[in-house]
Amino acid sequence: MGWNRKVLRVNLTAGTCTPEPLNMEWANDYLGSRGLASKYLVSEIDPKVDPLSPENKMIMATGPLTGTMASTGGRYTVVTKGALTNAIACSNSGGFFGAEMKFAGWDMIIFEGKSPKPVYLFVENDKAELRDAAHLWGKTCWETEATIKSSHQDPQIRVSSIGGAGENLALFACIVNDLHRAAGRSGVGAVMGSKNLKAVALRGTQGVSGIKDFPAFMAAANAGKKVLADNAVTGQGLPKYGTQVLMNVINEMGALPTRNHRDVQFEDAGKISAEAMHEKRPTDGKAHLVTNAACFGCTIACGRISKIDETHFSVKNSPKYWGASGGLEYEAAWALGAANGVGDLEALQYANLLCNEHGMDPISFGATVGAAMELHDLGILTKEQIGVDAVFGSAEALCKLVEMTAHGEGFGKELGQGSARLCAKYGRPDLSMSVKSQEFPAYDGRGIQGIGLAYATSNRGACHLRGYTIASEVLGIPVKTDPLVTEGKPELVKAFQDATGVFDSAGICVFTSFAWTLADVQPQLQAACEGDWSMDKLNLVGERIWNMERQFNLAAGMTAKDDDLPPRLKTEPAKTGPAKGKVSGVEQMIPEYYKVRGWTPEGVPEQGTLSRLGL
Amino acid sequence: MQKSLHIDPGKCTGCLQCEMACSYEHTGTINPSKSRIKVFDFEHEGRKVPYTCTQCADAWCMNACPVDAITLDLATGAKIVSEATCVGCKVCTIACPFGTVNYMADVGKVQKCDLCGGDPKCVSACPTAAITYVDAEWTGLDRMRSWAAKANTTAVAA
Repeated sequence: MGWNRKVLRVNLTAGTCTPEPLNMEWANDYLGSRGLASKYLVSEIDPKVDPLSPENKMIMATGPLTGTMASTGGRYTVVTKGALTNAIACSNSGGFFGAEMKFAGWDMIIFEGKSPKPVYLFVENDKAELRDAAHLWGKTCWETEATIKSSHQDPQIRVSSIGGAGENLALFACIVNDLHRAAGRSGVGAVMGSKNLKAVALRGTQGVSGIKDFPAFMAAANAGKKVLADNAVTGQGLPKYGTQVLMNVINEMGALPTRNHRDVQFEDAGKISAEAMHEKRPTDGKAHLVTNAACFGCTIACGRISKIDETHFSVKNSPKYWGASGGLEYEAAWALGAANGVGDLEALQYANLLCNEHGMDPISFGATVGAAMELHDLGILTKEQIGVDAVFGSAEALCKLVEMTAHGEGFGKELGQGSARLCAKYGRPDLSMSVKSQEFPAYDGRGIQGIGLAYATSNRGACHLRGYTIASEVLGIPVKTDPLVTEGKPELVKAFQDATGVFDSAGICVFTSFAWTLADVQPQLQAACEGDWSMDKLNLVGERIWNMERQFNLAAGMTAKDDDLPPRLKTEPAKTGPAKGKVSGVEQMIPEYYKVRGWTPEGVPEQGTLSRLGL
Repeated sequence: MQKSLHIDPGKCTGCLQCEMACSYEHTGTINPSKSRIKVFDFEHEGRKVPYTCTQCADAWCMNACPVDAITLDLATGAKIVSEATCVGCKVCTIACPFGTVNYMADVGKVQKCDLCGGDPKCVSACPTAAITYVDAEWTGLDRMRSWAAKANTTAVAA
């Protein structure tokens, strides 16, 4: 049956932990993780709720394949109304925390209300209790994890926590698990902080026993693993270079947003690329990259584990950063690097380490620094206001700003509000490179048209992981499409968005989709879960999830106006590279996208669409 | 030919597929907490190390057992715990210098690697060949070959 059929409901106001049966009717309609938790959320909260109020809820959820031998089956999702976006948020993380929740016997944990004082949730199989976190408040994510393991005398506990960013309600605060994996986007960490919930610590020894047909499941899981191993991207490219394999590729395409999207190619891309991470440093003769690493159950192992240069100015007096740690992944390297014009790999790793340590989304943080640097460049923000000479390309400024933001000091407090609020405050809302107040990831919508549409229409604000058309437009997966044209992109974006909903809801990593289609996931789900999990059903579930999220956002007050890109992408042509002269055709694509979706010209799902999807 | 498990930590990514496979083989559930092979993560060094019983020829655990619950599987060389005989005294867990025999509180017995009767499931589950099952007399063969390849010689015709 895949699911444990058990939900833990934690009322932080009352301090109670109550088990309840999983709504299996909903599980049958929404699968698990992202889809199922979103169904719970939209059924339980007012869409207009203030994300940082006790009336918002936060759900941590696994999927039916989480904690199984299905490759990458270690994912969990945090679903809530996003602090950064005021839209539905669904942030997905790997590591080992999700599988542990499953092993403890739970499918999801629903947090409601607000604790009167800082607490953490401790779950040991069936036992769940809120514990005082006074001694943890103010600690970093790393210290919190170590302190909990040590005080419980159990090194096998898995922990998700917020750092100072979440405590201080920085709007791009994330929730960090297993030291360097994170439910990163949309400000889910700020929601957790607003609830006075410092951490969730899990220990599960019950395992997953409820697979419907174990022999069939093992055969399907093994077949899936073989497909991943035989594929050039998942079998060779990602293990060797990680997601950073994209840095030089996207730069050559003229789609690497640089200096707050003023440019589309970064002259120092090579210095912050996967290849650079493999090169020996002149200072100590060692490569930045130490090894690759896997999340739970993952047979791809794209994760990067690196050691920073101990002589670098950022860490030379801080030995605690000298050990091996997570990073750099492509999105972080881009946001901390190219987005600010910083070509110092070690500085990027330092900023990345602080994002992990203090619980910040490096994409939104880095892109917000880029916006601040542009405001500084235009003379709108002075060096005195910022507290550091934040010129484009300054590694010193990046390192100082990440410290200030992590600790909520000085101008760091303003950066912590994200680029949309920062730029609006200083009279230039157009300079925030965001959708629904969430900053763009590492692809330029002028040089890759489909991803621009995916950003504009993403239910959780600008994001590459809601519809990763890069696979098709850049890598030719499953078929190559021309990145520079808009024709056919609305259909492509819809197809990616709907399929991704199924990958996310199953409890597996979307990176499998470099090699897998839904047809590779389907046999694994069918063998693990009771009921019909045919391809037709899965396609329907994916589309249903997307429309459910859309309806929540509309009810929250969003309109078609929120499905748009900043003016720069639409009016300032790309200056160099293969996309030179191009702007985003998002305005041409949106009406067609709405049509393909079965939505009105105002972007509202039509009645026929809703009834077809059972909504 | 007798075979033995051979572990190359340098190839381990820490995915825990071995732990899942081991627990499924022995308990019918996917449950790393019941695995007889454990992967250790030395995170500050970036190293992951799978570790399990090496099946000592003269096995401390077998010698220490007061009820002869640990016996030699002649086909594989594995030291096998008979759950029916084990009284849960844990003397073997003290005797084992490597910590690879462990007590299961829920059933009151000990458990250790039994090589799955000659088809170790951790081996087939490992995606990177960090765990292999090879000729017990030639566990060093691959390492010898890699050093031999570095020998500074040229091919010479006779």
